[in-house]
Amino acid sequence: MSVEALNRAKELLGAAVVSTHSYRGDDTIVVDAPDAAKALKTLRDDPEVAMNFLSDLTAVDYFGREPRFEVVYHLRSFKTGARLRLKATVAEPEDGSNPTCPSAVELWASANWFEREIWDLYGIKFTGHPDLRRILMYEEFVGHPLRKDYPKEKRQPLVRRPPDEV
Amino acid sequence: MAETKKMTLGIQDVADLEADDDPMPTEPMTLNMGPSHPAMHGTVRVILTVEGETVKDADVQVGYLHRCFEKESEHATYTQVFPYTDRLNYVSPMLNNVGYALAVEKLLGIVEKIPERAQYIRVIVGELSRIADHLTCMSAGAMELGAMTIYFWGIKAREWIWELLEELSGARMTHSYVRVGGLAYDLTPDFIPKVRALFPKINTVLKDIEDSLYENRIFRDRMDGTGLISQERALSYGWTGPALRSTGIDYDVRKAHPYLVYDRFDFDVPVGSKGDNFDRYIVRMEEARQSIRILEQAFDQIPEGPVCLDDPRIILPPKPAVYNTIEGMISHFKIIVDGVKVPPGEIYSFTEGGNGELGFYIVSDGTGRPYKCRVRGPCFIITSALQEMIVNRPIADIVPTFDMMNMIGGECDR
Repeated sequence: MSVEALNRAKELLGAAVVSTHSYRGDDTIVVDAPDAAKALKTLRDDPEVAMNFLSDLTAVDYFGREPRFEVVYHLRSFKTGARLRLKATVAEPEDGSNPTCPSAVELWASANWFEREIWDLYGIKFTGHPDLRRILMYEEFVGHPLRKDYPKEKRQPLVRRPPDEV
Repeated sequence: MAETKKMTLGIQDVADLEADDDPMPTEPMTLNMGPSHPAMHGTVRVILTVEGETVKDADVQVGYLHRCFEKESEHATYTQVFPYTDRLNYVSPMLNNVGYALAVEKLLGIVEKIPERAQYIRVIVGELSRIADHLTCMSAGAMELGAMTIYFWGIKAREWIWELLEELSGARMTHSYVRVGGLAYDLTPDFIPKVRALFPKINTVLKDIEDSLYENRIFRDRMDGTGLISQERALSYGWTGPALRSTGIDYDVRKAHPYLVYDRFDFDVPVGSKGDNFDRYIVRMEEARQSIRILEQAFDQIPEGPVCLDDPRIILPPKPAVYNTIEGMISHFKIIVDGVKVPPGEIYSFTEGGNGELGFYIVSDGTGRPYKCRVRGPCFIITSALQEMIVNRPIADIVPTFDMMNMIGGECDR
């Protein structure tokens, strides 16, 4: 990864940056979820940083911490070869509804399946996603299995589909 | 006796057929393909909307082989995750083993300290696995277009490699050979000569496959110009590995971000020009040959020495110490029960897997079990482009396009 890219990215994002850190050579920028899509677009379109490749997208559940979730974007620039990690902190709404984060599908086609996977496993809703369905689990699955409060041994109810439905 | 209908089609008859007033009915029809389909060597389901022979819409559904890799890893010690990584891309388990070990070592900050011999052995077993991976993809791809013989040749060659890896690790497919900080055991004494003896045989198989397919009309008709993707779309879809290189982008993690001892070898990164299925086929073929080149250099350079880091906090003590000394037994017990203690932090480590960038994103909370262990399976991301690539193409193009993506269920669904 690259420190120059991190410094330039910090300049570009300005007030949106919550914090930054470098650990074992990995440079990270933390922003709040509402700023995420805009920050990604800025990083992608800037000719110097040029983070034009979304390498990985996942989420982490820090259960018991506020804000609870982090959506983690791993970016790579095919122009400079530098890498950067952008983390968006996602708070859980108090009314118990699903937390939300803006979608990056318009920036990268790969975000489509990544975000479906996060919705499926963590229950984070991506606003603006064209087709937010479960992807690894089946439609009738109850809950979001990678959340820390989902017990590993939990069983799911048996699904019986009406015979006329395929 | 009724008049027999003339069955041979002369020029006159073809003209008659073309002048037919009744065109084929073209109302859309829904067609289900998979999840268990003879021409789909993975469990994937595609719900197609077809008009005649043309695919108008497709819904690609994965997840039939989901085995909760991340959830299970969060409840296992760092060492216990190795058997799960074997089952990601089960055609090249060694590459997953190596990728995961490097990730944990990066988090521990010991990547530079791994003994040289261990690094060379990791390259050797990894490249052997890569050849096995590409052979599987090439031979299964040919079989699904009707070339059954190619399949037997390729799988026979893969079996030679797996037999050697079995001799090394004790398991034919699920090796679990690599450990955090080193390897489970050193190479067997005659491993290197046996692999060297294999090279001419593998080269013959590769040559035979090439000779039978590259000039084959049926094969070329189905591979040339099908499954086309542009560089921009491939990058937008997050493609890596042979699939991305088929479009002409020379991104190979081994060259772009060298890890282990890859910077000491002289090898080329083959790229395609058009980004069609045939390009993906030749890129894999050439990569298998480059892997042999890397292996030959690795055999010449490999030094003697230990294969594990000398650190009792990470590596299990030798068995005599476990059975005869109290310190050894306690150390053994602590590593087995509590796991290797990894300092808190997060890293993303990536290597070149069989299908592309194999990334591990691990978050540690300071205990012996990962707080989060995410794997970026390259073919999950590649498969997400399947829908776009088969729409408005004939049904017959689905199989070669899907084959050349080399979707491996274990890695895609995790």
